[in-house]
Amino acid sequence: MSVNLTIGKAINAGLRRAMESDPKVLVMGEDVGRLGGVFRVTDQLHKDFGADRVIDTPLAESGIVGTAIGLALRGYRPVCEIQFDGFFFPATNQTFSQLAKMRRRSAGALSVPVVLRIPYGGGIGAVEHHSESPEAYFAHTAGLRVVTVANAVDAYWMIQQAITSPDPVVFFEPKRRYYDKAEVDTDASPDSAAAMGSARIARQGSDLTLLAYGPMVKTALQAAEAETERSIEVVDLRSLAPVDYATVEESVRRTGRLVIAHEAPVTGGIGGEVAARITESCFYHLESPVIRVGAFDTPYPQSRLEEHYLPDLDRILDGVDRAFTY
Amino acid sequence: MSNNTAHGEPELVQLLTPDGELRDHPDYPLEISTEEIRGLYRDLVLVRRVDTEAVALQRQGELGLWASLLGQEAAQIGSARALRPQDMAFPSYREHGVAWARGVAPKELLGLFRGVTNGGWDPAQYGLHLYTIVIGSQTLHATGYAMGIQRDGATGEDGSAVVAYFGDGASSQGDTSEAFTFAAVNNAPVVFFCQNNQWAISEPPDRQMRVPLYRRAAGFGFPGVRIDGNDVLASLAVTRKAMQQAREGQGPMLIEAFTYRMGAHTTNDDPTRYRVPAELEEWKAKDPILRLRAHMQAQGIAGDDFFTEVESEADRLGEQLRAECRSLPDPAPLDIFHEVYAEPNTQIDLQRAEFADYLASFEDAGAEGGR
Repeated sequence: MSVNLTIGKAINAGLRRAMESDPKVLVMGEDVGRLGGVFRVTDQLHKDFGADRVIDTPLAESGIVGTAIGLALRGYRPVCEIQFDGFFFPATNQTFSQLAKMRRRSAGALSVPVVLRIPYGGGIGAVEHHSESPEAYFAHTAGLRVVTVANAVDAYWMIQQAITSPDPVVFFEPKRRYYDKAEVDTDASPDSAAAMGSARIARQGSDLTLLAYGPMVKTALQAAEAETERSIEVVDLRSLAPVDYATVEESVRRTGRLVIAHEAPVTGGIGGEVAARITESCFYHLESPVIRVGAFDTPYPQSRLEEHYLPDLDRILDGVDRAFTY
Repeated sequence: MSNNTAHGEPELVQLLTPDGELRDHPDYPLEISTEEIRGLYRDLVLVRRVDTEAVALQRQGELGLWASLLGQEAAQIGSARALRPQDMAFPSYREHGVAWARGVAPKELLGLFRGVTNGGWDPAQYGLHLYTIVIGSQTLHATGYAMGIQRDGATGEDGSAVVAYFGDGASSQGDTSEAFTFAAVNNAPVVFFCQNNQWAISEPPDRQMRVPLYRRAAGFGFPGVRIDGNDVLASLAVTRKAMQQAREGQGPMLIEAFTYRMGAHTTNDDPTRYRVPAELEEWKAKDPILRLRAHMQAQGIAGDDFFTEVESEADRLGEQLRAECRSLPDPAPLDIFHEVYAEPNTQIDLQRAEFADYLASFEDAGAEGGR
């Protein structure tokens, strides 16, 4: 059955399907119960699955991730909602030092299939700590898988894939795109969905590869449409750890140019890592240096300044222009 | 407060005095056979020997580090012998006595401190989670695990419960307070067992707390009790009751085992820089092994033959441990990449292949006579 769903509703439908098919799947976090989460992503799950499976936790992020680890050690598959990107940081020890390392330090004896759902990114006019893009910290941490979605179809399938993954997955949700809609075939077989670790060519082109993920994919597609002189290929990275280099390399070898756009600050970001890798693997195919378009190396500004801080269509096209000056 | 003595000092549950006299406690009656008492004595002596050998092995360069349990044997053995096979214990990193009682071979403990493993055993096999180095973290894992037991419907008279071991230093960590909160609101079957050994490396309790530690439980809405941590019988009786109450749905409890770290924090530490020798002398008079031996001798529970036999068993154990430690195999270089992820990972696979080629290049060079 094809349903027109927003990204938020698609995640909700994916959570519901995962909970129906596996009684060990739990949802936990702040206000995820009767309220349905501040973005309503867990709407109605508390009513339908009960308080034992949809757990309103104390307001303590370290406690959420730490107890999720314990539940996972007992055989459960907790899906934790971290209410906002900027609220994650109290849980760093439990995520980076405990969750990410549990399998390796137990030589494979322990599995902690925890999913951390984190609404991220700016553009919603929020007060501080509600607009951040901390994905690079997670991608830098061995033992975590890091994914993000740009449309409702991926949202529906990738949340289910994240839950069935035996490895811990950090699932970044583009909060300013929560209400973007798409047709989702919710009855399709899970086997029909692309693998969670794969990138996707969102728009074909021949002159330049424009790489984006999460909320920037829509902006990148708009930029590609607005660019009338050159043919821009848009790649939606989807998985930030590991990166599907095969797909990116194949595209860059055809186009010869790469621009990477993300909301996060450029220094130490995903873009820098991909740029270094692609420079090494595609050096003789590149017609220009890899260009990064991202936020400045400043704290996220007050919201009246965020339109200048976040890369937009014009900043991306400026990056495209720079790639063609070589 | 009600659990103060007339002099304002916190009450201490004690069943065996430092002189080895048995005392009844109205809340914690202990039924124990002479055979079990002999077993506890053997445990105490053998884990102390494991500890002594491990310190020596570190001094000889066989271990990178060791965290000594010297002085805390009774707190650990008593509480761990109160557990059932289906219970789960979450240790910090000094719980060698707990590991012993759960059946983990001492050589498995050495692996972590020798640097050949980051873990060492399968937690499910022993009902003992891996050692956790970042203090307090494991209190949350224990609480979550206990919430899982509730969801499994595995509580009840013959059910399961969890014990989280931590120290006075870890009591200051936010995670420990969060664990208390999560356990309380979920009424989770978890016992928080704090060994207050008086020293968090160099920091004494007055740098960690302004009220006796066990009283914090009241603020979270569950009972807390201080026990004589050098009294193996008190540790056994109080933990046994707390675990049973947890199994039967009465929720969490905090046990503060008042004890003393007789050795250094770890083999890297020098306690002469921050504490006076007289303090150690004072605690030596409360030694957990001596008092049990005094009790056994006075009551005729064991004779000289028994004590001699335990000593020889300890000698044999020490000898065995030294040999086992030296024969622990070093991991292979490519083990770096093992079990980072359960599923194939393109980045890890690529790096493993590159590193394997790099290593092989030296072998090729050697075959051709290069250096």
